[in-house]
Order: sequence, then C-alpha cells, then structure tokens
Amino acid sequence: MKLSGACLSEDCFWTHPWKDDIVAEGAKEFIILESLRQNKQGIQRDIRVCSFLMKKRFKEIVMEGKKTPLYDIHVKLGAKIVDFNEFLMPLSYSSIIEEHRKVRESAGLFDVSHMGEILVEGEKAKYWLNGIITNDMEKYDIGSALYTPMCYENGTTVDDLLVYILSKDRFLLVVNAGNIEKDFEWLRKNSIDGVSITDKSSEYAQLAIQGPKALEILEKTLDIGLSHIKTYDFAILPVDEEQAIVSRTGYSGEDGFEIYIPPEISTSLFEEILRVGGEDILPAGLGARDTLRLEAGFPLYSHELSEEITPREANLKRFIGENDFIGSEANKARKRKLIKFKMGSRRIPRHGDAVFSGQEKIGYVTSGTFSPMLEKPIGMALVSSGFDGENIEIEIRDKKQQAKTIKGKFFRRCEN
Amino acid sequence: MKKEELLYTKDHEWLNIKGEEVEIGISGYAADELGDITFIEFPYPDGEVAEGDELVSIESVKAASSVDSPVDGTVMYVNSKLEDAPEKLADAPFDTVLIKLKFSHIDTSTFLSYDEYKKTLE
Repeated sequence: MKLSGACLSEDCFWTHPWKDDIVAEGAKEFIILESLRQNKQGIQRDIRVCSFLMKKRFKEIVMEGKKTPLYDIHVKLGAKIVDFNEFLMPLSYSSIIEEHRKVRESAGLFDVSHMGEILVEGEKAKYWLNGIITNDMEKYDIGSALYTPMCYENGTTVDDLLVYILSKDRFLLVVNAGNIEKDFEWLRKNSIDGVSITDKSSEYAQLAIQGPKALEILEKTLDIGLSHIKTYDFAILPVDEEQAIVSRTGYSGEDGFEIYIPPEISTSLFEEILRVGGEDILPAGLGARDTLRLEAGFPLYSHELSEEITPREANLKRFIGENDFIGSEANKARKRKLIKFKMGSRRIPRHGDAVFSGQEKIGYVTSGTFSPMLEKPIGMALVSSGFDGENIEIEIRDKKQQAKTIKGKFFRRCEN
Repeated sequence: MKKEELLYTKDHEWLNIKGEEVEIGISGYAADELGDITFIEFPYPDGEVAEGDELVSIESVKAASSVDSPVDGTVMYVNSKLEDAPEKLADAPFDTVLIKLKFSHIDTSTFLSYDEYKKTLE
C-alpha cells in the first residue's frame, strides 16, 4: 500500500510533500525528522538576525520539540500525532468522521495552542492597524474580535487572523501557526513610531470548544454564565486564579468558544472540560478541524488564501473595509473567484486538481475532503470569475470526475 | 485468516498464496494509518496485470493510497462489494480479500513473514 496522494492538506498537515517511494510509516518518521532538521537550520539561520525575544522562542522550540503544552495529554488519549507547521499535533483520537459528527451534534474539544499571538500596543496602534488589515477597525468596539485578512502591496494575502480589541490601544492578533514569524516580520517592517509589536505566542495556550452543547459544558466547567458573550465578542474571565480570554468564536461553523490561557493551566482545563462534558464531548483533532471548516466554507491559509490569492478572490469582500490598507487597490476587482462544489462520485478531490468546464480548464481545487454530513466529497476551487455554470469536471488522479457547484452553504446547522 | 500464516510486503499488504493463486489484502496497521476509508476502486477488475500495476485505489479522509501488484498475473476476483461499503475494510482487514490473482511465477523470498513484517513497524 503506497501513499500517493495528498494527505489532508498536503502542504499544511505535513510540511514535506509525500513522495511515492516512501511508505506510510517511514514517511511519517522522515517528515518529523526532516522538519526538526529544518527547524535546527532555521534556528542557525534566524538566530543571527532576530531579536532576543525571537531567540527565546526558537530556544523553546528546540527544548520542547515544538509541542504544545497539551502534547502529553494527546499522547495519553491515544491521538495520532502529525507534524503540522512544525508542531506535533493530534490528527485524530478515534476517527476524523466520528469527531466531526460529535461537534455537529454535541461538542468537541480542540487544542489549538499552535496558533500564534502577537500583541500590538500604542496610542497609534488602531490607526496603524487600519492601514495593515483589510477589515475596518472603526466598525468594532472594545470587547469584540474581528476576522480579517492582511495583504501585501499587490493585494495577495500575508495571513488571515483574528484581532481582539482589548482596549483602545491594545490589540491581540491571533495568527496561523505557519505564519507567526512571517507575520511578525511583516508587521515590524511596516510599523511606525508609537506602535509596539510583541510576539506573545509562547505565553498562551488556546483551546476551542465547539458544537451546540459547547455553551452549556463550558458554563458548567467555569461555573460562570457565558450566554451574554455574543458571537465574535469576548470576555476576560478568571480561570484557576489566572486571566483567560474567552471568546465566542471558532472554525467549525457551530456555536462555541475559544479560550486563551497561560500554558501552565491548559492541561487541567482540557481535562476538566472533558470530565464535565462526559458523553456529550469528544477531544477532536486537526483532521476534524479541517473537515468542519471546509464543510462550513471557511478559508484555510495556503489553500483558499495565500501569497498568490487575494481576499477579494476568496469571496471575502465583507471583510474588506473602506479603510486605506496595504493592498486595497488590488482588492477592488478580481479575475478569479472561489466556488464550492459537491462530487458526483466518492473520489475525493485534492488541492491542486484541475477544474474543467467542458474542455476548458477554468481553475484548480483549493481544498477537498469527504463531508461527513453530506456523505459525499466536497471542495472549493479557484476559477475564472466569468464562470457561472453548475456542471464542472475535476481531474482526480488523471480521471475526470463530475461535480456540481453549490451556491450558498454546503449545509445548514440545526439551531437548537 | 490467521495473520501469522500470511506473507507481507513492506508496503503493508498481506498475501495468502494458494497454489497458483494469491489473495491480497492490507494489514491492520495500514487500515489504522489510513483512518476513515471513504472510497475503494479496482482499476483492473479483470485481465492481465504486471508487477507494480495499481490493483486497488483506496482513499480515506486524510490520504489517497494504492495497492500495487506484487507479481505479474491475471485478475481472478475483485471484492467489488467494497466499492459500495468502503468503510467495511477497516472492520476486518486481515479477513478481507481485496483481490485475487493467478500467477505463473512468484518469488516468495522477496516477501516478509509476519514476524519480519512486525519488526518493520517497530
């Protein structure tokens, strides 16, 4: 049995592309070793140029092997561990499909401590950020989190992130694990006097509890009412005598919360949520996180957004404000657009597969997976903006397969 | 089938040789590594195959993989029931024959015993 196709999201879940001549087990070891080797080279290369703070961070990577503070509990729970952007993360504990369904029906608990946190402070911080991110800060108040892409001059995407408005002059940016250093450098390069930028990633662990029962389980665990926190708002709450940011956000398309806490108390909180949730909750890994976000139609950086794709192309117009941000000109129009589709067969389309309308190649697949809720493969593709048809064909491993485009959502969540 | 009595490839396939025929399946380790299996297809449901040809195409939520022919031969049987219920493969991988081939020559020394195969997993 040879692995020959992409694994989940090949450039994301494993940093090294699969090669046909590497068998599954060997490959996993190889990739982990390879990425640790890359880490070490990275350290040698980067330490020369980076600040004390960055040095500290890289040192932690070596000492910890870039594990999240919850690594040991993942191993204890029997998780399959994979290398995701150099972090050793749980892919799944039981089965991706089972964990996915649990989140849709009840609740799932994710360790997302690999995400990066960058603090932006200063009297000019808000004014400055509005020239960096695409979303308009003026539309949001203290206590809100906002989703936004961040662009290069040519309009393509540096990263997509959440901005937590902590006060009028303090903002916490939550960025993708694979982009922490890149984002930090980009922000620093474009910064102005009166703005300070600090990488706080090692000071936060992050848990996500998602699903229709997330509210009830988290309220019981923390022994505090949370229903007053509206979608995309957050509160700073005491947890184990520490301060936690608890926000009503997530990446699953379900109701739920993301919790930012000091790493020291993350294991006890993770265990406590699972204990309180009992049969209503399962720990869920990155596999389910990917299938859930795709079913919800959310973009994943390096797939639907990248250094080659603009937010406008990725249908994120509603997160592009009137503010004059870096890359705003290039986001006023688009030549390509993102579409959603459902396969006719059970073949799973993977990132990079060509998309055809008749004989004409109109684009490529950005993400594909098996949808546990629709029980069919689904995906998203970047195609010429002029295309508006229903029938497409996707070339999967040299064979063209029928697919139908979907307007609107893949599925609607049932409101309890 | 008793897994101790089967032969293995380093690519996690098991072989059950009976006279001039060989039944082929995947090991429990392989099934576990694939995770949720969502698709199975037999590119050559009959006729002649050469060593290295893709006999079975398997997809799971996380990966695509293939079972390649260990010998030159003729396809005698494919387990087409799995095309409609691919998830069944993971229930009993050692008892699920994926495909059966008739061969004129096989060099069993190129395969591993169960103990040898187990060692490759350590």
